Amino acid sequence: MSSMFHSRSSFLRRSLQATALVAAVLIFTGAGDESARFNDLGHRLMCACGCRQILLECNHVGCGYSDRMRAELVAAVDRGDNDDLTLQSFVQKYGPTVLAAPTKTGFNRVAWITPYVALLLGLGLVGLIARAWRSRPLLRPADLPAPVHGVELERFREQARRETEV
Amino acid sequence: MSQIGSFTLLLALALSAYCFLAGLLALVREGPGSARLSETARRAGIATFGVVLLAALVLVIAAFQNDFSIAYIFHHSNRDLPAPYKFATLWSGQEGSLLFWSLLLSAYGLVLRLRYKTDTRLFAYASVIIAAVQVFFLLLLNFAAHPFAVMQGSLPTDGNGLNPLLQYPEMVIHPPMLYLGYVGFTVPFAFALAALIMRYPGEKWIHITRRWTMVTWGFLTCGIFLGAHWAYSVLGWGGYWGWDPVENASLMPWLTGTAFLHSVMMQEKRGMLKTWNMWLIFSTFMLSIFGTFLTRSGVVSSVHAFAQSSIGDWFVAFLALIFATCVLFYVNNRSHLRSEHKLESLVSRESSFLFNNLLFVVACFTVLWGTLFPVLSEWVQGNKVTVGPPFFNRVNIPVALLLLLLTAVGPLLAWRRTSVESLKRNFLWPAIGALAIGALLVALGMRPWNDSSYFYSLMTIMLSILVALTVISEFVRGGRVIARHSGQNLLASMGQLAHRNTRRYGGYIVHFGVIVIMIGFAGAAFNKDKEQEMGFGDRMTIGAYTLVCQSYTQDDNPNYSSEWAVINVWKGGKQIDTLYPERRFYKASQQTSTMPRVRSTAKEDLYLVYEGLNQDTGRPIIKAHLNPLVMWIWVGVWIMIAGTLLALAPNAVPVRVPAPARMHAEPVGAGD
Repeated sequence: MSSMFHSRSSFLRRSLQATALVAAVLIFTGAGDESARFNDLGHRLMCACGCRQILLECNHVGCGYSDRMRAELVAAVDRGDNDDLTLQSFVQKYGPTVLAAPTKTGFNRVAWITPYVALLLGLGLVGLIARAWRSRPLLRPADLPAPVHGVELERFREQARRETEV
Repeated sequence: MSQIGSFTLLLALALSAYCFLAGLLALVREGPGSARLSETARRAGIATFGVVLLAALVLVIAAFQNDFSIAYIFHHSNRDLPAPYKFATLWSGQEGSLLFWSLLLSAYGLVLRLRYKTDTRLFAYASVIIAAVQVFFLLLLNFAAHPFAVMQGSLPTDGNGLNPLLQYPEMVIHPPMLYLGYVGFTVPFAFALAALIMRYPGEKWIHITRRWTMVTWGFLTCGIFLGAHWAYSVLGWGGYWGWDPVENASLMPWLTGTAFLHSVMMQEKRGMLKTWNMWLIFSTFMLSIFGTFLTRSGVVSSVHAFAQSSIGDWFVAFLALIFATCVLFYVNNRSHLRSEHKLESLVSRESSFLFNNLLFVVACFTVLWGTLFPVLSEWVQGNKVTVGPPFFNRVNIPVALLLLLLTAVGPLLAWRRTSVESLKRNFLWPAIGALAIGALLVALGMRPWNDSSYFYSLMTIMLSILVALTVISEFVRGGRVIARHSGQNLLASMGQLAHRNTRRYGGYIVHFGVIVIMIGFAGAAFNKDKEQEMGFGDRMTIGAYTLVCQSYTQDDNPNYSSEWAVINVWKGGKQIDTLYPERRFYKASQQTSTMPRVRSTAKEDLYLVYEGLNQDTGRPIIKAHLNPLVMWIWVGVWIMIAGTLLALAPNAVPVRVPAPARMHAEPVGAGD
């Protein structure tokens, strides 16, 4: 019995190790892909022509900005600039509205935090409401039939189960 | 023309003002003459529809007659504009669209006033509230955004034309659908406020308004997705939703309206969430007005927005008035909204509705927050920031996933409490099915750990499968019971099941449509695109497709000139299609527009855009997008519409719901 338990735990451990190894291989397989970085960064920037489109989605014929900006992005990725440096260089050149989403610094942090705070506050509120509801006395109209208990209640439950099978 | 139009608008204002004032007086001053006064108010409301319709017809006729003495026609039409778009001129500009708003509101008011015998007093209150909203829009039309304003100086020979982006068949139906949704929420709002003002006993007003709300919600759903399809088919960036402020404006009332459609069941079945429902429908209406304000005030910049104008102040004042009215009546009558039951267990249908509503409202708040944050940022920091798709996707996708989970779990929880055995029985196999599909997708090469978008995509598909399996199991379980009793086959039994309780099973079909749409959204994580200059015989490969440029040419007609390419599509060594991506130059407005061409299959869309000619080589630049699963979105919308129609249909056998002690029992659609 003990050896069977031992062999089962050993099998589990090896399975976990194998899973971790496969996951690590798969994770690192996709790392360092330059076109993926270009695609990612290009979707974090807006075209500066005023079309309000993501840089890689701007399709304005003869747009005076998108081709130039894409070329600058390709150059930054080829140079190996990190994401922050690349995005900062665009902000310096085209202004803060070139970023497709608020940064996570200063007052802009509020933009990111507020939705989660709202969700947490909402959850808290739902919890409070649920607690208040569970402890509140019922508003029961006087002429409602008396509640059923015991055998009668079981009979009704059985009938409901039979008829609905739910 | 202009004088007839101006007169009809003034007459409509007088009629709706009379409907409001006389109706109000009849309700406040109960006396022998009040019934007759109320009847005259009702008839004035009905007449308002006729007069506003006449005003709208005058504007459309002016467009067809090329009457450029009317400034609106000059700015939004031209002689060579095709007839369907001349008709669409009615809603293509600021003033015309406000007239259209007013027309739809008067049409809704007409139906309501014709059906007044359902409950004379409740309908009289609702009619007065609708008349008040109508007065606001007619005041705007008469004094701030006059659609019949005349041109100054010499008469122009031709107009500026319709915005090229709007010259697409869907634009003839997308705005009316959207407006039917926006405007329609006025009716449930009016009933809710009326019920609050008169301390309406019981939940009958909810039964009356349920159908209105569902119809309105259905229109808004159609409007939103028609807009998405239009963006996909016309704008040429390969996507269907860009989180533009105007798109967000339509999404917000849809989110709260959807929350209302769910939570209203709590009130019907259990007499709970009365205050919440009241405020939910108030908020939905206010968000509809707010959306109209957003698109017209210039507060936020948007590619869809109408010209910046001063009518924003009117909307702010109107919104403040609505809010103050709602607060006033709520404070005075809130004791009427006390819950009749208590929550017995956290694992129950009631609590699932609570969480469902929380998530819908948080999603709505997030969209509102992101839309207005640039304004707030400018106010606080002195500079505007962009809040675009990366923000909205990151914040809203987790909420959407939680909502999907609740879509799977909620409908199968019992009212009051659910046992652990029941949970196991209902969810074990669907959960195993969802996990198996997830494992299969990973085995097939989906790598959720490589990118957050892949992770969200996988989660979306797994949760969608979970919802689909729970919906199917509900149909099969109920169908089997009927089959056993009736001897019919399972499919016929499931049909009968849906017909017996249309609201419940219509709702399931809507949920099924939602998950089909979500699977379509999940495909966006795997979009690919490629851009290339393509001369005669040049090839481009994207995914499994090889594109060969057969030729490129030019064309001309009175409305626009165009350049287009003929692209042969090859797959597996065989030519399977020919696509003609096009770029147009509209003469009247002097604007260009792309007309992408799409080869759509259940697996993926091949989407080609003619980006223009390379000035140096004279050869066209073609951009190809490969967008997986997009067709699922449009199919899902049809399923949602089918589910909504089923939910609106009457049950085969009316189910008698036990009514609260103080009410008379009456036949209503059985709920979930």
